[in-house]
Amino acid sequence: MEHGSHLDNSSSTFSLVDEDHTLANALRFTLNQDPRISFSGYSIPHPSENRVNIRVQTTGAPAQEALKDACQDLMMICQHVRSTFDKAVADYKMRNPE
Amino acid sequence: MARRDERMSEGEEETEAESMSESESESDSQSGGEKSRGGLDYIMSLPDVPMKLPPHVELQRTRVLCNADAPNHTDTIQYSGAFASVGVDNSFRLDHFRDKFRVEVIRYSDEDMEFDMIGVDPALANAFRRILISEVPTMAIEKVLIANNTSAIQDEVLAHRLGLIPISVDPRLFEYADGNPLNERNSIVFKLHVRCERKKHLRRTVKASDLKWLPNGTEFLESENSNSSSSSKPKTYTEFTCRQDSLPEFLDNPIGFKGKLGDIIIAKLGPEESGDLEAQCKFMLYKGVLIVYFIQVVLLEEIEDEVAENLKSKCPVGVFDIEDVANGKKRLTVSQPRACTLCRECIREGEEWEKRVSLRRVKDHFIFTVESAGALPPDVLFTEAVKILETKCESVISDLS
Repeated sequence: MEHGSHLDNSSSTFSLVDEDHTLANALRFTLNQDPRISFSGYSIPHPSENRVNIRVQTTGAPAQEALKDACQDLMMICQHVRSTFDKAVADYKMRNPE
Repeated sequence: MARRDERMSEGEEETEAESMSESESESDSQSGGEKSRGGLDYIMSLPDVPMKLPPHVELQRTRVLCNADAPNHTDTIQYSGAFASVGVDNSFRLDHFRDKFRVEVIRYSDEDMEFDMIGVDPALANAFRRILISEVPTMAIEKVLIANNTSAIQDEVLAHRLGLIPISVDPRLFEYADGNPLNERNSIVFKLHVRCERKKHLRRTVKASDLKWLPNGTEFLESENSNSSSSSKPKTYTEFTCRQDSLPEFLDNPIGFKGKLGDIIIAKLGPEESGDLEAQCKFMLYKGVLIVYFIQVVLLEEIEDEVAENLKSKCPVGVFDIEDVANGKKRLTVSQPRACTLCRECIREGEEWEKRVSLRRVKDHFIFTVESAGALPPDVLFTEAVKILETKCESVISDLS
């Protein structure tokens, strides 16, 4: 879901249902480190509503693309974390056989 | 390195292209002390072109200073242009992340594990922690049907106690029931039928191992009058289409409470007290996860002799150690930084101590302690958590496109 201006696609608010700080804060982290972003932040409008609003403002690129790229980045990070972690555990088990 | 590339793309491209041939031919003279004009190497070697942050800013960026009065520089700097004015790029690069990211396993057993995660932002570490706590599924008892309970424990308390017992079964073999009728693919049913016979024993302890798995679903009928429709199968609370123990994944691996989990006490019965109930299991969430920052203990100066002895005795957890150096002198070393609890006892007494020792949290170094509830080993729990974050991203991407 997306709220933004129809004329200017460089700034939008995305409203994600059934998500919380877990995803929003991680996305804010990747968004903020994208050089195209001029502002990004998130809020939870009401604690009893399962919804976060993510605000994305860019220097010109479409905000939707920026958010997509942020998700893509986060996925790549996760994949790397997973492979590194699996390797570390396998190494540990090799060094310390039970 | 990538930062260097960016600088090039910002405006030095021409100079670089021009000077490529030059700098090659002049590399001899350059090494001899002669400065080539316009060469990229030359520009980069100029003292006023910073390649990295000045040390005091770098310290603020990467460490939380735990001073005697309060912690300082606690935030993380995320904005990509935060250091643009000093020519340092703070944007995210996957290759940088790959270079810096490390995992070190400290302790591992089937029940819990401890590992260090280095080179990761608090936002991500916290996302993993939050998912582990509340989103990685485990099977546990959700619904309890009580036919008869004459024990001292009330029905609702008993039901609650049952809900806290972890079941040793892999939740990945099941689906979310999510309001659907309960079948062999989304639920497990247990029966508890115990009685303390006066003739046999005075007291009886009911343990988790007394819960008996019903692979065929519930034996209770939904209501009394449903017997009237005797033409079909009597209506029960579950709709199992086949026996669960005929499924390949449970054929040689009956569901139950293995090892120590079977010893969990549910209730104690007095003479002639009994309980007869059925419990249906669905997904539930229970795991213990803790993340803490790694604490770096830095000695700002050489600490010797009496001061060293004094400081060593100040620390209640034994972070410091004393080593003997030449001519009878003693020197303080930091031998157990992981033991530090940030009690700040070592810097409490006056400013001179803060000049000797500095306690710093490393902002991108986390110590994860993952405790499993028994169904899955802790490393599998963690990889499941990372996968869940991936699926979240995936669903956002597919929603956007």
